[in-house]
Formats: sequence, C-alpha cells, structure tokens
Amino acid sequence: MGGRVAVRALLAQAALVAAVVAGGAYLVHNTLDHLASEGIATGFDYLGREASFEIGQSLIPYSPSSSYGRALLVGLLNTLLVSALGIVLATVLGTAVGIARLSRNWIVAKLALVYVEALRNVPLLLQLIVWWDLLRVSAPPPRAAWQPLPGVYVSVRGIVLPVPVWHWGALPHWDWPALHGFNFTGGITLTPEFAALLIGLTVYTAAFIAEIVRSGIEGVPAGQAEAAAALGLRRGQVLRLVVLPQALRIIVPPLASEYLALTKNSSLAIAIGYPELMSITNTTLNQTGQAIEAIALMMAIYLAVSLATSLAMNWYNRRVALAGE
Amino acid sequence: MRWLRANLFSGWASSLVTLGALYLVARALWALVEWGLVDAVWHAPNGRACIAASDGKGACWAFIGQWARFILFGRYPYAEQWRPLLVVLIFGALLAASCVRRLDGRPIMLLWAGGFVVDFVLMLGGAFGLPVVSTDLWSGLPLTLILAVVGLAAAFPLALLLALGRRSALPAVRALSVAYIELVRGVPLITVLFMASVMVPLFLPDDVTINKLLRAQAGFVLFYAAYLAEVVRGGLQAIPLGQYEAADALGLGYWRKMRLVILPQALVIAIPALVNIFIAGFKDTTLVTIIGLFDLISTASNAITDPEWRGFYVEAYGFIAVIYFGFCFFMSRYGRMLEKSLARSRR
Repeated sequence: MGGRVAVRALLAQAALVAAVVAGGAYLVHNTLDHLASEGIATGFDYLGREASFEIGQSLIPYSPSSSYGRALLVGLLNTLLVSALGIVLATVLGTAVGIARLSRNWIVAKLALVYVEALRNVPLLLQLIVWWDLLRVSAPPPRAAWQPLPGVYVSVRGIVLPVPVWHWGALPHWDWPALHGFNFTGGITLTPEFAALLIGLTVYTAAFIAEIVRSGIEGVPAGQAEAAAALGLRRGQVLRLVVLPQALRIIVPPLASEYLALTKNSSLAIAIGYPELMSITNTTLNQTGQAIEAIALMMAIYLAVSLATSLAMNWYNRRVALAGE
Repeated sequence: MRWLRANLFSGWASSLVTLGALYLVARALWALVEWGLVDAVWHAPNGRACIAASDGKGACWAFIGQWARFILFGRYPYAEQWRPLLVVLIFGALLAASCVRRLDGRPIMLLWAGGFVVDFVLMLGGAFGLPVVSTDLWSGLPLTLILAVVGLAAAFPLALLLALGRRSALPAVRALSVAYIELVRGVPLITVLFMASVMVPLFLPDDVTINKLLRAQAGFVLFYAAYLAEVVRGGLQAIPLGQYEAADALGLGYWRKMRLVILPQALVIAIPALVNIFIAGFKDTTLVTIIGLFDLISTASNAITDPEWRGFYVEAYGFIAVIYFGFCFFMSRYGRMLEKSLARSRR
C-alpha cells in the first residue's frame, strides 16, 4: 500500500470511530437530561430493593418480599429450563421427522413433509397463542381431564405427568398423579403457560431441525450407504452405524444456530405470561421506571447465554469433525 | 401397482405402517371435514346462536364472515378501507411480477419503488383528496406487509455496508461491523423492539418525537440488517479471489470494484438464503403485537374478545394462519424456483 493510501485509510477510520463515539455521547447526553428532568434514579441499586410482585413458577425459593435481583434470577432460570427442555425434545422430534422425510414409505415421507411445511410457515408467536388457548380455553376441568397416555392428564390446570423419584437407599419408583377432589396430587404439574411454551417451541423448532437432519443425511455420499448394505447391515443399522455419524459433521453447525434461535425465541413467552427473563424484565421496568438498566441487563444476559451455547456447540463440533478439518 | 408395492407395501412392516398411517390420516381428515364443513355454521346473528346451531361441534364461519374485514384492516376508518385493500393488492401484484423473468433487474426495481410510493400515499392520504389517516390506525394485513417489505428493503443497504465492513482491510471498520452484527444476533428481536419502544424516546432530545410505528420499523430494520449482512457475507466469501484480483488489475477503485464486479455475483449466490431471511422477517412482524402495534394477531385477538362473539379463537387464528402460511409457502417455492434457474444459468 502506498503511503498516501495508508494515510487516507487511517483518516477514514479515525473519522468513523469519532462519528460513532460522538453519536453515542449525544444519545447518552439526551438520556441523562431526560432522566434528570423526570427524576428517575440511575444505576443498579434497584436490584437490591423489594420486588413485591408474585411469580407463578420458580425453581428457587421466591416470594414478593424478595429482591428484584432475585426475581431476575428466577426469570433467567425459567428461561434456561424451558430452553434446555425444548432443545432436547426438539432434537429428538426433529431427528425422527427428518429421518421420516427420507422414508421409502411414500405416505410416511409425505406426512413428514406436511408437518415441516405446516409448522415452519406459520409464525411461532401465533402457534404459542393457539397452544395456550387450547390449554386454558378448550381443555376440560380436572375432573374430566383428557388422558392421552396412562398417567398423563391434560386439563385447564395444565399438564400433569408422572415423575420418577429416587430416595437414598431405596429403589427408584414412579410417582403417579391421581385426582383428589378438584385437583391432582402426586406427579409433576406443568402450568398451561409453561406447557404451551414448551410444546410450541419444540414442535416449531423440530420442523427446522428435521430439514437440517434430512439435508445432513442426504449430504453423505450414497456409496457409504451402499457399501454398508453390501456388508450385510440392515437398513436401520446402516443409518445408525454408518450414515448418521458422518451426517453429524454436516448437521452440527446449523443445529447450533437452531438451538440459539430456540433460546432467543423463548422470550416470546412474554405474550403468554410465562415468567421468564423477558417478562420479569418487563414487570421490573414498569414498576421501577429504570428501563435502560433493565433492558441493558437483559440483553447482556441473552448475549452471555448465546455465547455460552455457541462455545459449547463449537466444542462439540470439533469433536465430531474430521481430524485436520 | 408396481409403484404401490415399491412405495407402500414393500414388506409386512412397511404395509403395517402404511395401513396405520392411512387410518390416522383418514380419521384426521374426516374430523376436519366434519368440523369445518358438515357441522359448520355459516350464518348466525351472534356467537351464542352460532354455538347453539351446531351444538358446539362445528366451526363457526359466521364469525369470520362478520369479522374478516376487521381482522384484515383493523382500526383503519371503515369508509376508507378500500385504500389498504388496494395496498395489499399492489403488494400482491408486485410479488407476482417478481416471478416474471422478463422483468428481472432494473424494471422490477422500478416497479417496486413506484409501488412503495403509491402504497405510502394511499395509506397515509393527505394528497389527491384522500383524507389523512394517522399511522396509529394502520392495522392488520397492510401493517404486516408494510413492516416486512419496507423493513427488509431498508435493511438491505445497511446490510451491504455491514457485510463489506466485516470483510474490510481497515481494522476499525472491521471491528465495528463485527461488534454490531454479533451484538444484534446475540439478542432476541423482541428485546430490540422493546428498546425501540421504551428507550428511544429517552435517547432523543425533548422536542423530537418519532411515532410508534416508525420506531418499531427502525428496530426491525436494525435487527434484520445484521442477519442480511451475514447472508451477503456468505455470498462475498464464495467469490473466487481471482475476481478481486482481476478487478484490481483493471485499475478499478474499491467501490467500483464492489459495485461492478463482486456484488453482482455475490448477491446472485446469496439469493436463496436472502429469501429464507425474508420469510423469517415476514413471520417476525408478528412480534410488534407485543409492543402494542395492531398487526394481524392483535386484530384477531381483539375480534375474539367481542362480547357478542367471544372465544372463537380456532376460527380467528386459523384464518390468519392460512394467510401467513400462504405467503410463506409462496415465498419458499419462489426461492426454490430462483435457485433452480440460477443453477441452470451458471452451468
């Protein structure tokens, strides 16, 4: 690069940085003006103050007398809970649908195609609202609960499932729910909000994962499957022992972005009232007026979660990738 | 016969699966026909009469008959609703025109640009004797279309700059682009929309106010620019180094090199991925309902809270689901068609 070009490049960059800094300073200046004139406090002191609102579902002890900071932690844990469960379930369902897309049975392949097209062409928010209404409007009262599987009850109170319990020194056993009076005892109850969010995220993301799995399997050269068949392996064995391990190399990177998308999509829970990070933040900023701190903190947490997820997936990707790739 | 045996009855396990699947499909289809046609109620004065007429077993299409216009156009003044209708039809015509290969390139760009101007005048009014309709009355399908189409069209130039910036030789430009793209892609769209609706008024001086629709639109543009930028970058990376070197050898400067040699090729490669982003963007316009704009989801959920017609959520949401599905399905087919014709032309 000639000297004049280098100087010009340096000046252009300096001008750009200066413009960004000046723009940022202008916004900060305006904001501080506003906050001062409206008497809104700044800083993160509010995190220590009493939250005084109820949260419907919490993994850790929480009461309205707990602090905003603790409420935020409850929200974060709820986000992580629904995301982790959603990721596992969507992967299982998506892999099954993706394999079904390639079935030699025409009707199975077509059904899988209909599933994928129907689910991924309708907005997730709309699907979440429909699942929620289905559970809270159309579902029967507990006494007449639907029982799709033995021990699984669906009613306006949500979905009740049997859970395995394991006490020290005793054999693990199942805790079966039972109807007593007007409600269920035993088992574990998923609130309508949580169940709608989990089902919605799972079936929506599974449609995308199915397409990733399908193209991953199709990306494995046909000679591999033929060679495995020539060795006398059955069709299921060919898939499990030869094709899928190689397909994983193609599948993992786009799968990682689906996992990230699912985690970020869990923020739509604010529309159906599941108390995760986004809705707790919303309540907090409505009560305290500290919009900037609350939103910045929420964004920072989402960024951290996204970063952690992509680091974990990169690590896994290196494990399944070919050596030297 | 041969097809049947190969694809449905290739063994006893396969036959069993086929019969089971057929049974389930037949039952599901029959339930749908029974609900949507046989037991459905087409005319009723109100919701209670509608439920009584089919004993609550069938669909209440009378609800859609009564509310379709509200769901589609929302709070836009009733007498003026031909204007948003025309806007929707113009968008439809532009999409159809985009499928005509003869119009590729400059003609279709000019058509879209002209369409934008006409749509804007129609929606807002204030010219040609049309009464002004303020943006907070814009709702339903036209709002959804405007958010998606205008949003992505406005995000595109920004995305080009970000993609070029990320591959720039200048370290400060590169760092800023990377930081912006990764920051935006790491957070959910709804947080950006929240920022636009709650924080932007704080950022601006007292005497400047931006209306709610424009703020949401800006948030949408800033968010989707990051995603489009990554797609454009993918296209840029697929261009062989020789093309850059050849352009340099011709003595072209940076901007002319990009505009005349690199971008035309890179964008063609990126088209299928761009279509996918467009579909995602169209679906994501639904999020504005959370910050209080009146899109299709809001109009539908408002319709089902009417005391006379309470609770027909399956009909209402089914109605708008069909609209979203139709649009997204059309777009994905269109993307596949483009992909095929591009693959042919490159051979």
